[in-house]
Amino acid sequence: MTEAISADGIRKRYGDVQAVDGVSLSVQAGEFYGILGPNGAGKTTTLEILEGIREPDEGRIELLGMNPWPRNPKLLPRIGVQFQASAFFNKLTARETIRTFASFYGVGPKRADAMLERVGLTESAAVLTDKMSGGQAQRLSIACALVHDPELVFLDEPTTGLDPQARRNLWDLLRDINAEGRTVVLTTHYLDEAEVLCERVSVMDHGKVLKTGAPAALVREIDDTVRVSVESGLITATRARELFVEAGAEIANLEDNGVTLAVSTRVPAPVLSVLAEQNALRGLEVRGATLEDVFLQLTGREYRA
Amino acid sequence: MTTTSAPSRPAAAPEQPEQERVSAFGGLSRVMLLGFVRDRGALFFTLIMPLMFLLLFGALYKSGGTPHVKIAEVGQVQLLDTAEAALQGQPNNPLAALEITKYTDESAALEKVKKGELDGLVEQGTDGRVVVRYSQGDQVKASTVQGIMNGLVQAANQQAAGTKPPFSMDLGQVEDKALKPIQYLTPGLLGYAVAMGAVYGASFTLVSWRKKRVLRRLRLTPVSTGTIVAARVGVSVLVALAQTGLFLAVATMPFFGLKLTGNWWLVLPLVVCATIAFMSIGLVTGAVAKSEEAANGINQMLILPMSFLGGAFIPLDFAPGWLQTVSHALPLRYLIVSAKSVLSQGGGLMDVLPSMGGLLAFAAVMALIASRFFNWDDA
Repeated sequence: MTEAISADGIRKRYGDVQAVDGVSLSVQAGEFYGILGPNGAGKTTTLEILEGIREPDEGRIELLGMNPWPRNPKLLPRIGVQFQASAFFNKLTARETIRTFASFYGVGPKRADAMLERVGLTESAAVLTDKMSGGQAQRLSIACALVHDPELVFLDEPTTGLDPQARRNLWDLLRDINAEGRTVVLTTHYLDEAEVLCERVSVMDHGKVLKTGAPAALVREIDDTVRVSVESGLITATRARELFVEAGAEIANLEDNGVTLAVSTRVPAPVLSVLAEQNALRGLEVRGATLEDVFLQLTGREYRA
Repeated sequence: MTTTSAPSRPAAAPEQPEQERVSAFGGLSRVMLLGFVRDRGALFFTLIMPLMFLLLFGALYKSGGTPHVKIAEVGQVQLLDTAEAALQGQPNNPLAALEITKYTDESAALEKVKKGELDGLVEQGTDGRVVVRYSQGDQVKASTVQGIMNGLVQAANQQAAGTKPPFSMDLGQVEDKALKPIQYLTPGLLGYAVAMGAVYGASFTLVSWRKKRVLRRLRLTPVSTGTIVAARVGVSVLVALAQTGLFLAVATMPFFGLKLTGNWWLVLPLVVCATIAFMSIGLVTGAVAKSEEAANGINQMLILPMSFLGGAFIPLDFAPGWLQTVSHALPLRYLIVSAKSVLSQGGGLMDVLPSMGGLLAFAAVMALIASRFFNWDDA
């Protein structure tokens, strides 16, 4: 497989803040790649360095086999970029906006209009961009990034601030884009988004990549702990612990927050039978590990977007 | 497109041959023009307001002409009555310049003269004497009063003596070289309008595109900086030429009466150079200012004094020496002085060429300064 992006040891410092602290990653052509992390983890700066609008203090980057810095006009027609906040011209409608972006690549108005149709904005084509909803603006922004048919697409938190329905619609669009054979690199602070969309993710925090891999593999790696929870008050935490140990169930964690009694264990069977014997199954939930647990394990703290 | 080294992938929507030719320059020019036309504020301040100034001042100053002199005739003055009858309907009737009001009370009339409400007072003295009293408050009018009355007395004397005067005077007007108001109002206000349009066009594009991250977004398209600059210059020049056309159309209307002289068209290349010079000012303010509001403030702080000192509102010919000296440092002056010369005073190529060179040199220096402050984004 060909490498679309290869980055090695990139660093960037803003004053006292080491925004990116030695990030290395490799994205295969055609891959859907996620950079996941809480706000301030250094995702956007990393993305901007990959795109070639920021110069890294250190490190080596190759984008489609070329160096993106300094600005490389040969590379630019082959990549498409969507910023976190939409960057549109003043007082232009959606149609005028995408046609303008199309003109930068010598792409005509027909294809521009087709792209507008593709993201479902044909009916809002005559709306001024500053009158559009968040979801519409994001879709237009993505359409502008795709209008010249790039092979590598960068999306910076495309679903932030959208309602759940708009998010799901956008996910479908992003999957299609990737299915057409484009390499997609996306940053997000939504764990579920990364799990649903990305073939591989890099989990970032404090400017560093903590772990890279397929979301499912990352989750499996953290020991397959299962979280069993029931309503609080059916059985005391102390009594439960005694019974679990008697039944030979090794308990990783047990806590009762007054609403739920939650048990983390690698052997859920004896835990469940103990709870059944005690008739303490009301509100039962059994859940495997998620990326949230991966983050918890990697950083030792709760994930807060 | 160069996708030779692209990894193999299913081709998305085959590229259809487009009938229409599209270029980044065209796209950007269109964006800037639409941004200008749809911005009512920009339209008003660069096109409507200066034009309103021209209409207003043009109409106000139009009725300049000969000063009207107001005279009080106290009691019956024989001289005035006979002269009025004798000169009725004659060309160059000196009485036409007088506005005579009859008074019976001498002291009331005198009071009005003292206050400046009347310019002079005429009354019948003894022995055929005519007593003329005037105020020195307005020297021009004072001497007009003296001159006319003196002339009337002489004419009456000759008539009384029954002789044909040995000398007489024929009056004929020559082409007036002195400036008519419309001759300095047009280039002055046009200069102001062009300065507003060009400074604001450059600075607002820069500030708002930087703030909205459009500049950075453009960096990630294959559009070159040269194309962006060329489109902005092109649109600003277009706006400036539209302003020029509009101003000349209004000023040459019979009502305002501007008469263009032979090489008036030289104002066009002159305006183009001036636009580039003013845009370079806008580039500096746009590079320095962090917001549209700040840019607006800085621009006004520059344009208004430059307009007053550069002769946009008050013609430099009437300005004191120090002001004339100061004005040499202002690019607007060169536009106004040269435009005035070629538009209506018969000026030629040599009246605009040095100014054009100076304006372009100024633009080069300012552009250099702007590039020192320039940033692609706020971060």
